[in-house]
Amino acid sequence: MLRRRSLIRSVAAAAMAWPFVSACGESQAGPEAKSLVVYSGRSEFLVGPLIEQFGSTAGVDVRVKYAGTPQLAAVLLEEQGSSPADVFFAQEPGGLGVVEGLLAPMPEALLKGVPSWARSPDGLWTGVSGRARVIVYNTDRLVPDDLPTDLWGLTESTWRGRVGWPPTNASFQTMVTGMRAMWGDEQTREWLVAMQANEPVSYPRNTPIVAAVAAGEIDVGLVNHYYLHRFLAEQGEAFPARNHHLVDGGPGSLVMVAGIGILRSAVNRGEAEQFVELLLSMIGQQYFASQTYEYPLIDGVATGRALTPISEINKPVIALNDLKDIAVTQGMLRAVGVLS
Amino acid sequence: MVSIARVFRSSTHRGPFGRGGFGPRAPAALWIPSLIVALTIALPLVYLVVRAVGAGEDAWTIILRARTVKTMLQTLVLIVTVTAGSIAIAVPVAWLTVRSDLAGRRLWSAAVALPLVIPSFVFGLVVQVALGPRGMAQQVLESLFGITEIPSIYGFPGAVLTLVLLSYPYVILPAQSSLGRHDPLLEDASRSLGRGRVATLYRVTLPMLGPAIGAGALLVALYTLTDFGAVSLLRYETFTTAIFVQFESAFNRSMTAVLSIVLVAFAAVLLVGEAFTRHRSRYHGVGPGAVPESPRVPLGRLAIPAILFMTTLVGISLVIPIGVLAYWAGRGLAAGEELTSVWEPMINSVFVSGIAAGGAVVAALPVAALIVRHPSRFAWVIERATYVGFALPGVVVAISLVFFAVHVARPLYQSLALLILGYVVLFFPAMLGAVRTSLVQVRPNIEDAARTLGRSFLATLVQVTLPLIRPGIAAGLGLVFLLTMKELPATLILGPIGFKTLATVTWSAASEAFFAQAALPALVLVLAAGLPLLVLRFRMGRGF
Repeated sequence: MLRRRSLIRSVAAAAMAWPFVSACGESQAGPEAKSLVVYSGRSEFLVGPLIEQFGSTAGVDVRVKYAGTPQLAAVLLEEQGSSPADVFFAQEPGGLGVVEGLLAPMPEALLKGVPSWARSPDGLWTGVSGRARVIVYNTDRLVPDDLPTDLWGLTESTWRGRVGWPPTNASFQTMVTGMRAMWGDEQTREWLVAMQANEPVSYPRNTPIVAAVAAGEIDVGLVNHYYLHRFLAEQGEAFPARNHHLVDGGPGSLVMVAGIGILRSAVNRGEAEQFVELLLSMIGQQYFASQTYEYPLIDGVATGRALTPISEINKPVIALNDLKDIAVTQGMLRAVGVLS
Repeated sequence: MVSIARVFRSSTHRGPFGRGGFGPRAPAALWIPSLIVALTIALPLVYLVVRAVGAGEDAWTIILRARTVKTMLQTLVLIVTVTAGSIAIAVPVAWLTVRSDLAGRRLWSAAVALPLVIPSFVFGLVVQVALGPRGMAQQVLESLFGITEIPSIYGFPGAVLTLVLLSYPYVILPAQSSLGRHDPLLEDASRSLGRGRVATLYRVTLPMLGPAIGAGALLVALYTLTDFGAVSLLRYETFTTAIFVQFESAFNRSMTAVLSIVLVAFAAVLLVGEAFTRHRSRYHGVGPGAVPESPRVPLGRLAIPAILFMTTLVGISLVIPIGVLAYWAGRGLAAGEELTSVWEPMINSVFVSGIAAGGAVVAALPVAALIVRHPSRFAWVIERATYVGFALPGVVVAISLVFFAVHVARPLYQSLALLILGYVVLFFPAMLGAVRTSLVQVRPNIEDAARTLGRSFLATLVQVTLPLIRPGIAAGLGLVFLLTMKELPATLILGPIGFKTLATVTWSAASEAFFAQAALPALVLVLAAGLPLLVLRFRMGRGF
């Protein structure tokens, strides 16, 4: 009995200590202090340092909710315009697309440096960094000359069972949507059927594909470019995988963006615009180029040394609006049996 | 007449159409709180219906495809196999750690519960790294014997292996608490009536474990039904995959809701099916007095094989994952990564998990008392309704609680209180199963005696019943604590802005291939969960 009581007592003491512990994590901002609430679908390990830097240099108390982009999009929709968030920082445009009705147009001056392919036509949100679709390949087994010049090359029988792809992944589905925009539905379906017949290996996300390519489980994979650089940073240059950009200029070398939008319900609109300004400034763009291995979107910011310069990528021209139609793409993926 | 009444009251588990009417005949102090608990846990269903209405015609074309049937069958096969596998591992382990003289019983006890705290996406990654086509096992085999190809881990075998290793603790914890309270007189009776030790094990001890195994197995089955992290990495398609495709890549809340309702229907079949397998039996002795402790069975010549078995199990389910995580951390450190501090997330994890476990006990006690002491169709429906949260993916439960908080409880929104409510909704059945398992072993005549001697209903509960079901409460606390420690989607969605736990930090890092940064919080997660568990083992004594 005594023992049980002391157990209860320690739990009770712990519960009372709780508010003090949690208070330590919050900054003690005064009433007139500037603040900003960010919903970030991008990982803290990617964007946390930049957000913290903004907070300290701009004197803004920034609070961030990190979660998956789809989760935060769903939360914003359920909050029905009464979100505590001021801005939504999304991993892919799809997430911003579904909450467009909740976003406020951004001042034109803010977006002037961003190329039109990288932002919403209505100025509701803007891309802040780019990622290229690539083929990641195993360097122990292949040299760049072995690799195809376009996506159709992967449907040849030499690649049977050697290709990894992530059918459930948003970026992959955006690429297929790009195919539909460039090639039309008929050809896209043909490509999917031909690929499917070539026994590709399905993975849930990009990361396991890069790992599987390096391990030699598969020889090539359809992914976004920047995951490879995380592996290189942690495992060194000996990591046996590299990226290959398709030279034909088709949907296989699409460049997509991670983006940000300001909510109509934002209480801290000024701070929100200040934050977007920082992301699109030289400092912000250099951060993405050097720290997250992504492509800067503003002219005059150098691409990270490890990357193929964006000017050398033969990227297709597809309007962002044409990449929105994910639902029809999913229907097609289901019809050909790629997706369940 | 008196004895007949007692037997009826103590015949614990009735199927849905057992004796007793639908209406509540139990004391209001039991059925009112039970009803509130059940309605709260079933809230997500309301949300799902609201959202599903918006899905339109598409819903039927997606549900009524041949592929859906195939996926359902695949899911069912996985559930049956994983559940059987978990029972096959858990029952001998529970017996060895509670009823035998196995050396280091308490350490083993804590170690075999811990795999429950490893997030399933981490475990899936580890299985891939260790047993994949070009994984560590293959590399070792190649360097030793020149073997370049090993049987593929992908698909069914990998999914079964991963899920069994992740979920056998669901059965172990209730089974241990049950074994610790078995009435040894029943086994003695069996022995003295001429049955051998083995026959007694099969005819008395194992059947007495029935409720505990059933409670655990149901959790394993429902966990398998809703897991996405492990099955997606190991490439075995279940029905839950379709839900995640709709939610994660199509951003389609309506279709997510429609498919979630189908998932709940699937779970309902399991829940009703499980209820029909229960017998109307008593699991306690009928004599007067307290239950004495069972003597420990000396293992004798079996001691060495038993140690080997435990070593293998803990090696595969705990040491290998920890080893892979430590390797990731070391490799990153060698490459110059600076690991971020996980002190604050650790404090947060331990606190919310502890409070969630406590909250679950409070919520589970009236429901357990209702279904065990006052079984009726009403009680049965109440009990089964509390499985709704556990039978849905965490992200679905979390979003539905956002919906309710925004509409009817705005002050609660993004508060710790809502987060903890979310944990209780998600993990309530883990607590209920453990408490119920203990309660069915308590002789009701002890409670009757207390009432006869003038104790009030509440006083009897606090002074007589609670101390007797301590092992079950401890097992439930352990389960809910571990599950909350690793919980991810509800923590991300419902937590206050800026709230971090070890699980969210691990996910933040792993999702972007920061393996070293993911490894540290994952290792601390195992440690931070292990210590309280060990303390609980040593302080709660026998059976836990």
